Amino acid sequence: MRPFTYLRASDIPSAVKAGAGGGATGAANRGDVQFIAGGTLLLDLMKLDNMRPLTLVDINDLQGRMRQVEAGGNGLWLGALVHMADAADHPAILRDYPMIAQALQLAASAQLRNMATLGGNVLQRTRCQYFRDPSWSACNKRDPGSGCAAMDGVNRKHAVLGVGDKCIAEYPGDFAQALVALDARVHTSGPAGSRDFAFDQLHLGPERPEVETVLAPGELITGFTVPSAPWARRSLYLKIRDRQSYAFALASAAVALDMDEDVVRDVRIALGGVAYRPWRAHDAEAMLKGQPLDEARATRAARAAFANARPRGENAYKPRLGEQTLVRALMQCAAMEA
Amino acid sequence: MAAAVPIGGAMAETAQAQNGGTARQGQPPSGDVSLKVNGKSHRLHLDNRVTLLDVLRDHLGLTGTKKGCDHGQCGACTVHEGERRILSCLTLAAMVREPVTTIEGVADADGTLHPMQQAFIDHDAFQCGYCTPGQIMSAIACVREGHAENDTDIREYMSGNLCRCAAYPHIVAAIEQARPQMKKG
Repeated sequence: MRPFTYLRASDIPSAVKAGAGGGATGAANRGDVQFIAGGTLLLDLMKLDNMRPLTLVDINDLQGRMRQVEAGGNGLWLGALVHMADAADHPAILRDYPMIAQALQLAASAQLRNMATLGGNVLQRTRCQYFRDPSWSACNKRDPGSGCAAMDGVNRKHAVLGVGDKCIAEYPGDFAQALVALDARVHTSGPAGSRDFAFDQLHLGPERPEVETVLAPGELITGFTVPSAPWARRSLYLKIRDRQSYAFALASAAVALDMDEDVVRDVRIALGGVAYRPWRAHDAEAMLKGQPLDEARATRAARAAFANARPRGENAYKPRLGEQTLVRALMQCAAMEA
Repeated sequence: MAAAVPIGGAMAETAQAQNGGTARQGQPPSGDVSLKVNGKSHRLHLDNRVTLLDVLRDHLGLTGTKKGCDHGQCGACTVHEGERRILSCLTLAAMVREPVTTIEGVADADGTLHPMQQAFIDHDAFQCGYCTPGQIMSAIACVREGHAENDTDIREYMSGNLCRCAAYPHIVAAIEQARPQMKKG
């Protein structure tokens, strides 16, 4: 690990000021100043000499809404400094947004969920080994213009949706799939002030793989809002892995249904483990809306979700696995008590 | 409880002036860190890069906590910060705010083993023993969290502690034994 300056921020303005101080390029790897909360991925990548910040700004002393979960009639507020474990066990989330609780509970390990925060979780980096390990020279995400060793390399876990010619890294997270499915919004404070925007806008595509989000240097995620909606309670997160626990998704599906008897009044679908970024399956949603839900229709919608899949060697199994995961999630969700 | 100079408000200016947590001339940035471990307070001057795991083992001589992967994948370095089980390898010493408990701190002062330690012995819940301190620290927290009420939960909520000797069935049995005893205590 390279030497760095360690600072503690006592409030949001000072955190933002310190965070913007490095004149960072915006490239997620080369940011000279990084916020640290849980640190579970940042320190991991610093030990690998992948991330090389000159300054860490510890934000664990920030108080107020960033530490709160607020559940009310208008929806849910999830503070960015809430630990994954606490949100996963929150009674209102378990009852009214089961998809969120499951996405959190099925991620990482109990220790990591005790450490990692919700804000940091959505910013986790890909598990692509060619990215993580800097001894590989070709990685457009780590070193723009250097190429992509994964294209024709070991790419069993890589993305098939939303990929580009420069990068096929998978977005590994679970919680972000629940947020993108449930029309969540991100709230931030930055050098240019506070703003909020659709969570779907947070992550960028693979055009410039080294820039992963729209966040400006020093812009801090303060929390997320999830609107209350008739589909939130009948929702689930189904995660398919190489082993039963403590593994990243090979494929996952976040599904929420608003049913009128057996007819789909409305539906929300996101797909994990298969895409470059958190991935909303709008095509599949459109095919299911207004229709009775049965396995044949679910299968057709799932095929539509993967119609534009671009497998690349060892991940050729992913479209089929992803389709089956989505069909199973839809049928399980339909069987839930509303 | 690190003594890095806080930034923010009126402190922002002085943070620069006092050079808190930053480099001494020619030296990597370092700072004063206060830690309470197993009830005992320590004040140390540490390179900012030093993890809680390395402080425990290399500075405080508490080698019960083990370094396995050093990347948060194996659970061998599990300790408690406050009541929470965390991975000491992915925690900077400077980040620690609450008292830390390690495997050396769970037995009674008179040497009576913690019910979880005794249960691991009773059930032969290890072979090589390298993962055992992490397993026990994780298991104690798992019971306190209420995530050890049945075998399925135990397996799920203990999945962050790998045992390459595969003593898993015995570990589950040990936790089953210790759970009611812990509740009594």
